[in-house]
Amino acid sequence: MANGAKDKNTHAAPELDEAQAAHPTHDPGHGPPPEPGFWRKYVFSTDHKVIGIQYGITALLFLLIGFCLVMLMRWQLAYPGEALPLIGKLFGEANMPDGVMQPEFYNQLGAMHGTIMVFLGIVPLAVGAFGNYVVPLQIGAPDMAFPKLNMASYWVYFLGGVVMLASFFVPAGAAKAGWTSYPPLADIETMGQTMWLIGMLFLITSSLLGAVNFLTTIIQLRAPGMTFMRMPFFVWAQFVTAFLLLLAFPPLEAAAIFQLMDRLAGTSFFLPSGLVVSGEVLDVAGGGSPLLWQHLFWFLAHPEVYVLILPAMGIVAEIIANNTRKPLWGYKALVYSVIFLGFMSFIVWAHHMFITGMGTTISAFFQVTTMIISIPSVVILSALFISLWGGSIRFTTPMLFALGFLPMFGIGGLTGLPLGLAPTDIHLHDTYYVIGHFHYVVAPGTIIALFAGIYYWFPKITGRKMNDRLGKIHFWGTILFMNGIFFPMFIQGMAGVSRRLYDGGQVYQIAEPVIHYNEFMSICAWLLALAQIPFIINFFMSLKKGEKVEANVWKATTLEWSAAPSPPVAHGNFPKLPTVHRGPYEYSVPGHDRDYLPQDEAPTVAVER
Amino acid sequence: MDIPYTVTARPDTGVFNAKLGVWLFLASEVMLFGGLFAGYVFLRIGAPAWPGALHGETYAHASEVLNVPLATLNTFVLIASSVTMVMAWASLMMKNFARYRLYMGGTIALAFVFLIVKVFEYGSKFEHGLFPSESNFLAIYFTLTGLHALHVIGGIIVNTYFWGPGAKMWRTDPKRFTNRIEVAGLYWHFVDLVWIFLFPTIYLL
Ligand code: HEM
Ligand SMILES: [Cu+2]
Repeated sequence: MANGAKDKNTHAAPELDEAQAAHPTHDPGHGPPPEPGFWRKYVFSTDHKVIGIQYGITALLFLLIGFCLVMLMRWQLAYPGEALPLIGKLFGEANMPDGVMQPEFYNQLGAMHGTIMVFLGIVPLAVGAFGNYVVPLQIGAPDMAFPKLNMASYWVYFLGGVVMLASFFVPAGAAKAGWTSYPPLADIETMGQTMWLIGMLFLITSSLLGAVNFLTTIIQLRAPGMTFMRMPFFVWAQFVTAFLLLLAFPPLEAAAIFQLMDRLAGTSFFLPSGLVVSGEVLDVAGGGSPLLWQHLFWFLAHPEVYVLILPAMGIVAEIIANNTRKPLWGYKALVYSVIFLGFMSFIVWAHHMFITGMGTTISAFFQVTTMIISIPSVVILSALFISLWGGSIRFTTPMLFALGFLPMFGIGGLTGLPLGLAPTDIHLHDTYYVIGHFHYVVAPGTIIALFAGIYYWFPKITGRKMNDRLGKIHFWGTILFMNGIFFPMFIQGMAGVSRRLYDGGQVYQIAEPVIHYNEFMSICAWLLALAQIPFIINFFMSLKKGEKVEANVWKATTLEWSAAPSPPVAHGNFPKLPTVHRGPYEYSVPGHDRDYLPQDEAPTVAVER
Repeated sequence: MDIPYTVTARPDTGVFNAKLGVWLFLASEVMLFGGLFAGYVFLRIGAPAWPGALHGETYAHASEVLNVPLATLNTFVLIASSVTMVMAWASLMMKNFARYRLYMGGTIALAFVFLIVKVFEYGSKFEHGLFPSESNFLAIYFTLTGLHALHVIGGIIVNTYFWGPGAKMWRTDPKRFTNRIEVAGLYWHFVDLVWIFLFPTIYLL
């Protein structure tokens, strides 16, 4: 075996052996066609890498905006009715007279926080940015299957974001009916809700275009030898995610069209007969059903939570395999679980509707499916945990974040079980417990994993590494304060404190023993903001001054590292399209002097698979 | 570097990229119309009568409110347009560009006929004060047929492009152009198929 490796060196056949990898900046001879101008290169680019970066930057900005909205809300929750010092007056007389937040404004912030975080922050970052940048590289494709469509989906997403932000400035402000937009309230809302619906139609269109593109790319553009069972788990996660987006979003589109009709054409899809608004019976045809909206909405929104979490799991899987220097434990089990999970996620939606009185039989059905869907999640998480067993773990910054993800997502997932069973959910529904649950999944869960991804692939994109010390400060600050924010929500929720309360629950006696947590949670939220400063500094500093590293800085096996320079070739990614010879995680294979075998390295001995 | 399988099929999947892409897109369209139909079923189940009362009169059958003969005509128009669409593609396969132009032109013309009939239908409803806001029955009728009409308009735009400026590709890359017509055809047949479902459920049931 040892002389097998030597043998390979003398042949120097693969395009990217160690020697060449050390000089990633040297262009590989035959240059691409004449460089396009600035606009075509950076703004209206069709290169999946540029589009991925555009998605990434836009989504990070939206995450920041969504976070700022909630920091304002946290002031009101911690100190109800008190004037917000310094910046309070900036928000205008209508929203914050003398710096005191109005209930209408609180509702705008709440609805837009949820919408922005989910649809404009996390999904575009997890799918639009990481998916776009990494998937074609990991499967050995020169680009996405439909580059122009790819550009279109970014710009439609961007427009959707603009419409959403603009809605703050229409008369009576942005949408106030929550990110769930339940009618009948949403039907009779002010103009901001119409803007919300139009914005959503843009975002849905963008997701659909993206999903078609991802699926076609993964099915059609895999490099020679890249069979489905040799795809990195991250690609699998994106594959299933794209299916969810493709099939779950259209029913919400239908619902949004119905709601637009209700608002603009005076129909009553969601308005029951005899609805009384402000003491008067509403003058509409009636006969509609608010539950219809809930069904259509959750038919999307449950799969959507897997859209939020699956790419995160994919990222974590990549990083764990790479940093334990071991194959992922149970790769096949992971793949089958993620497929099963994707399938099941379409038949659990009504667990969000246990209190709508849908009857015990239907309720039983959705309880059972919900318990079943937790099995593949547990399989995935367990496989990732077991992967750590006996590994010689490298505690790099991405690995820290990936490790943080595991217990945090665990808390989020376990606290979901009582919500999936009607007897317990009836007590917990619409309390802060729910808010705590999904934030654990999505903030210390998904967001932590997305950070892990940023630290992990930053050298791929820029050729430079991010600073480790700042990265570690960022990690500990983030994990600490996120728990500080979200853990007390469980306690408040179990005590019975409702969500969406403008005063944080002050007027309710049941809230009295737990209301003091509000101030603590708010302070943690503001400290969490401070904890992001090292990240922001690190990000920009590393762009210019970060340590320059070789192409395969993490000594990884997957194609994006082993076959492409960092950053990859502008058009086509690879100097020469790779051929794949083995599975994605051949780490520490016995009998080799290196502890990793890249997927594209030509086998030296016939028996090697 | 060129993207593989834009023109020829990938051996192991048996399709070229755009064909797979359009099938996936159509899958999402099935879910869209599935959602809309689900809304229809949901509301109808909850309604005491369908179409029910309109301007003080009660109707027991949709056909008493809607114009079934016109819709039947439109059904045939769309089916005919699907046939001409296939012929357009077949002409390209037989390398007869002039015939392609003719059939594609026919498809577009038939689509316009469909829309014009639709305009008359809508117009007469509005004349009688039958607006979407009158009842859930009319709301469903206008929303579903309206969305379908939007899909027809989308098809007209695509087909007109391939009839006119897009047809230049026939000279440079005939195989790829033929593929494009095939893909456009798949979409067009889908639009036709949606109508085949819409017509009985809304007009007859
Ligand atoms: C990290 C800092 C965050 C804090 C302090 C925070 C806090 C809050 C608070 C106080 C609410 C309002 C609860 C209520 O309705 O009364 C809320 C709602 C919500 N948050 Fe967050 N959140 C954070 C991050 C996120 C992230 C990353 C997401 C991404 C999915 C997210 C999604 C949501 C959603 C969907 C709602 C529900 C909004 C609604 O029901 O209208 N949040 N959050
Ligand atoms: Cu759910």
